[in-house]
Amino acid sequence: MSDCFIYDAVRTPRGRGKKEGALHEVTALELATQSLEAIRDRNSLNTAELDDVILGCVDPVGEQGSDIARAAVLKAKFADTVPGVQINRFCASGLEACNMAAGQIMSGQSDLVIGGGVESMSRVKIGASGGAWPEDPSLAIPAYFVPQGISADLIATLDGFSRDDVDAFAVESQKRAAAAWKSGYFKNSVVPVTDDLGQVILDHDEHMRPETNMQSLASLKPAFADFGAMGFDAVAIQRYPQIEALNHVHHAGNSSGIVDGAAAVLLGSEEAGSKLGLKSRARVRAFASIGSEPCIMLTAPADVSRRVLKRAGMTANDIDLFEINEAFASVVLRFMRELSVPHEKLNVNGGAIALGHPLGATGAMILGTLIDELERRDLTTGLVTLCIGAGMGTAMIVERV
Amino acid sequence: MKLENFQWDHDADGIVTLTWDMKGRPVNLLSMSAVADLGQVAETLAKDVTIKGLVITSAKDGNFCAGADLEEMAVYAGKPSAESVKAAFDLMMNVHKTFRKLETSGKPVAAALNGTALGGGLETALSCHYRVAVDDARSQFGFPEGQVGLIPGAGGTQRVPRLIGAMGALPFMLESRRIGAAEAAGMGLIHKVVPQAELIADAKAWVKANKSAGQPWDNRDFRIPGGGPFSTSGAQVFTVGNAMLRQKTYDNYPAQRAIMSCVYEGLLVDIDNGLKIEARYFVKMLMNPVSRNMIRTLFLSMQELGKGARRPQTEAPVDVKRLGVLGAGLMGAGIAYVSASAGIDVTLIDTTQERADSGKDHAAKLLDKQIARGKATPEEKVEILSHITATTEYAALKYVDLILEAVFEDRDVKAGVIGKADAVIGDRAVFGSNTSTLPISGLAETSTRPESFVGIHFFSPVERMGLVEIILGKKTAPRALAAAIDFTRKIKKTPIVVNDSRGFYTSRCFGTYTQEGLRMVAEGIVPPLVENAGRMAGMPMGPLEVLDSVGVDTALKITRAARKEVFKSETPDETEALMASLVEDAQRPGTKAGKGFYDYDERGKAARLWPEFLARKKNWRTDAEVQELITRLLVIQALEAARCFEEGVITDPRDADVGAILGWGFAPYTGGPISYIDTMGAKAFVALCERLSAAYGPRFAPNALLKDMAANGDNFYRRFGAKSAA
Repeated sequence: MSDCFIYDAVRTPRGRGKKEGALHEVTALELATQSLEAIRDRNSLNTAELDDVILGCVDPVGEQGSDIARAAVLKAKFADTVPGVQINRFCASGLEACNMAAGQIMSGQSDLVIGGGVESMSRVKIGASGGAWPEDPSLAIPAYFVPQGISADLIATLDGFSRDDVDAFAVESQKRAAAAWKSGYFKNSVVPVTDDLGQVILDHDEHMRPETNMQSLASLKPAFADFGAMGFDAVAIQRYPQIEALNHVHHAGNSSGIVDGAAAVLLGSEEAGSKLGLKSRARVRAFASIGSEPCIMLTAPADVSRRVLKRAGMTANDIDLFEINEAFASVVLRFMRELSVPHEKLNVNGGAIALGHPLGATGAMILGTLIDELERRDLTTGLVTLCIGAGMGTAMIVERV
Repeated sequence: MKLENFQWDHDADGIVTLTWDMKGRPVNLLSMSAVADLGQVAETLAKDVTIKGLVITSAKDGNFCAGADLEEMAVYAGKPSAESVKAAFDLMMNVHKTFRKLETSGKPVAAALNGTALGGGLETALSCHYRVAVDDARSQFGFPEGQVGLIPGAGGTQRVPRLIGAMGALPFMLESRRIGAAEAAGMGLIHKVVPQAELIADAKAWVKANKSAGQPWDNRDFRIPGGGPFSTSGAQVFTVGNAMLRQKTYDNYPAQRAIMSCVYEGLLVDIDNGLKIEARYFVKMLMNPVSRNMIRTLFLSMQELGKGARRPQTEAPVDVKRLGVLGAGLMGAGIAYVSASAGIDVTLIDTTQERADSGKDHAAKLLDKQIARGKATPEEKVEILSHITATTEYAALKYVDLILEAVFEDRDVKAGVIGKADAVIGDRAVFGSNTSTLPISGLAETSTRPESFVGIHFFSPVERMGLVEIILGKKTAPRALAAAIDFTRKIKKTPIVVNDSRGFYTSRCFGTYTQEGLRMVAEGIVPPLVENAGRMAGMPMGPLEVLDSVGVDTALKITRAARKEVFKSETPDETEALMASLVEDAQRPGTKAGKGFYDYDERGKAARLWPEFLARKKNWRTDAEVQELITRLLVIQALEAARCFEEGVITDPRDADVGAILGWGFAPYTGGPISYIDTMGAKAFVALCERLSAAYGPRFAPNALLKDMAANGDNFYRRFGAKSAA
């Protein structure tokens, strides 16, 4: 089996996912295209050498529909021979795209592939692609469907995370993200989104609220109590009957932000790299996805991390830095508890609570963030993982070379 | 035209009036032969050019059609052989074909609803292009199928949401709501409500005004009202609807989930494919033992018991015109109220005039509530209250046909009032005791005529609970039983008949549920898990919540008495100690005091389990399998019912199943504890009891009767069932 190397990673800044957000005027296609153009241009890539472009997108309908990857390939004027495929592993789609790219390369069937993702949440609303999981009674009822926020509150209830616990985590995420931006740690990967006239539309993550503190968060009402009262609390309790009531602790301030953005990661074999004069930044050690109990839904990062660590012959102690998507604070708190990971090694530059979570793109974005930070700290190993709707988890372990 | 169930009248304007008049029945049923008739009618309607349109009405007073013929359906219920599946599916598809023909002939078809249209009756009307209903307060419209484990099967799940949208259609069908004509018109199920005299004329006028007619769903531009499952509002309806359904039913009722699926899947396709989907789900429900058990217990057996199936046929009817009620507390007052509502003259006696009056006042308050809900008029209140005389004078009992004592549960107190009443009542009067704990034969001995003495056990609150448990003492004569049954029927409740035993049948079996719940808590299982297991088993409340509502103090008293008198033990077990610690140490006797195992708000609603109770233990067990707890809670009750059979406390499976569901809310989807055992099979049930007995104690040991049935492949309904039971 061949080794797979990561040669580069870029991302757009994350725009607030509403019409006041800077990227709302920009099409999802344009976001994806600018990421592809950026990774091509800064690596002087002959795109004819590319075997595939795999982009994650979670609501692939409307302007994001019918294979946005091929659309972006064409708009970026890549060689006609480059195909594109859109994939959907919900919130981990961006990382899954990179995993699939790595799989093609490691199996020897491709030499050079771009993985990445795109989501314009301000333009294509979350849930726009519908789907059977919440709606079809033959699935939703026996599988105990609840919205993710209820699952996050369920984790907090079962694990005993208080409102203060989750809020304190959120404050820290904001602090770390603000410090990272201030120190320029994101500069290497973030490529500003520009208009056709060459003007910059957005060059920074605009969802952050560095001034956040415990007091400001305390004023926010739990976001999922109303959903719970509609019947979803009862569903969660029937699945976890040892609890009497749910403790609703999550709100907009300790959950991932709704944002727009895109990312691209260039992966290839050693031969492809040397042929094109690319410098490898990291090697893919192992990757995996896993399913887990769908009602609590968001607990698989620990499961999939154990699986991928085992595959790599490592333990959690062997990992220098972790990136886990901050879908909800309780998800990360549970992950740290389960794998005994100290916060000092995890999401060191903040996460989606501060920066936002552009569903299909996030996995590829935080993979880039992880490699940047390993380089900056001159560390070696990193693990990136995300929780996923309907009870799944995806992870990748990388190692600097 | 030769029709079995309809009269055919072709008038000068070319309009045919089809009058439904099923032979030998007070109401019309959508029987197979009625469907065959309608098939012929639809055929003729399409072909005969002299027919301009059709009006369908009924000759039955206040009834258009009461629904499908459940007895015809029961033939297939719970028998999933390939042949019966095909026969039932073909049958349902034939209904669909018939109704489709009726609504697609191009000619106008109007339903003139002269009264109630339920289930298949309403579906017949929905296959017409126009529905006009008579302005009659007796009329009901709805889909009762879901109450017996079935789903609307003649197009209801497809036509209702296409007519009024999924948001309105789903709760209407899922909850088997019955509504009046005005509400049905408001919802859009019917077009118009008119006085009786104008009904046919209005329907004919509509036919005359419409040369051709079709259904909205056959229009090319048809849109589902409120949008389909993947519209913004539709997504909300199904996503939240699925959760609400589980919240309310714990997914114990396959029919309710099937209704949701029919609407969801059906609205994603055209009507014809939707009807096929409905037919498949309908047959699937029909083959499920849940529907067989629910039809048998909640429809057939209830109907039979309600008609007096357990009455000694040799006895002449006893018409209770005058009733004496001793004790004007909650039970006595409730009994007075339901009896007066049935037109019976009630003499309500208590020790002081004030107490007697407060009993009558209770009836007045219940009537005020009815008036506030629009279910009674102020005139009715006056009329009903005029039937109740509150007094302290036993002499007023001289002419009563039946006495019911509902005084304090104490043998001496009861003996006192029995003696006083005996002294004044006539020779033919029957004496009923509403005791729930004291053996009837013993009480009867305090009477001068034990042969006229019978237990008539009501459930609280009397006005809402539909069951009466009639208990035969050793000497109770057939006439006393006949009187008790006839009286129960007169006040529109369902009688079951049991023999004397401690706790009779209902209290005895029900007691095992709370007892088992307490044992789980004593085992260290975290209380919410025990409570949720009870609810998930299909019981109306968790064991602790139900103890609170009965009164933990009352339960403690009964447990203590049983320990001393039956088990001759001086040492309380853990469960008794648990109750004693609550009642005596913490002064928390239950709901009535606003505190028991739970804390209650002012409205008596359970807020949360008492935090200090939960704090008593640090290491509660949260890992117990909920399914195992559910099994324990159901098996312990069913096993007690089986013991009642062996001891002769109960003799008829209909009494056992109906009594369990109506009396203490035993998981209705099972059809009752005896149906639960029969469905599992005696052999499997015995094996399960033996496993539980080994794991949790000999209280789960199967009795000789069960073992015998297991050995002989027998079941309760075969061995003890009346021939008429399905």
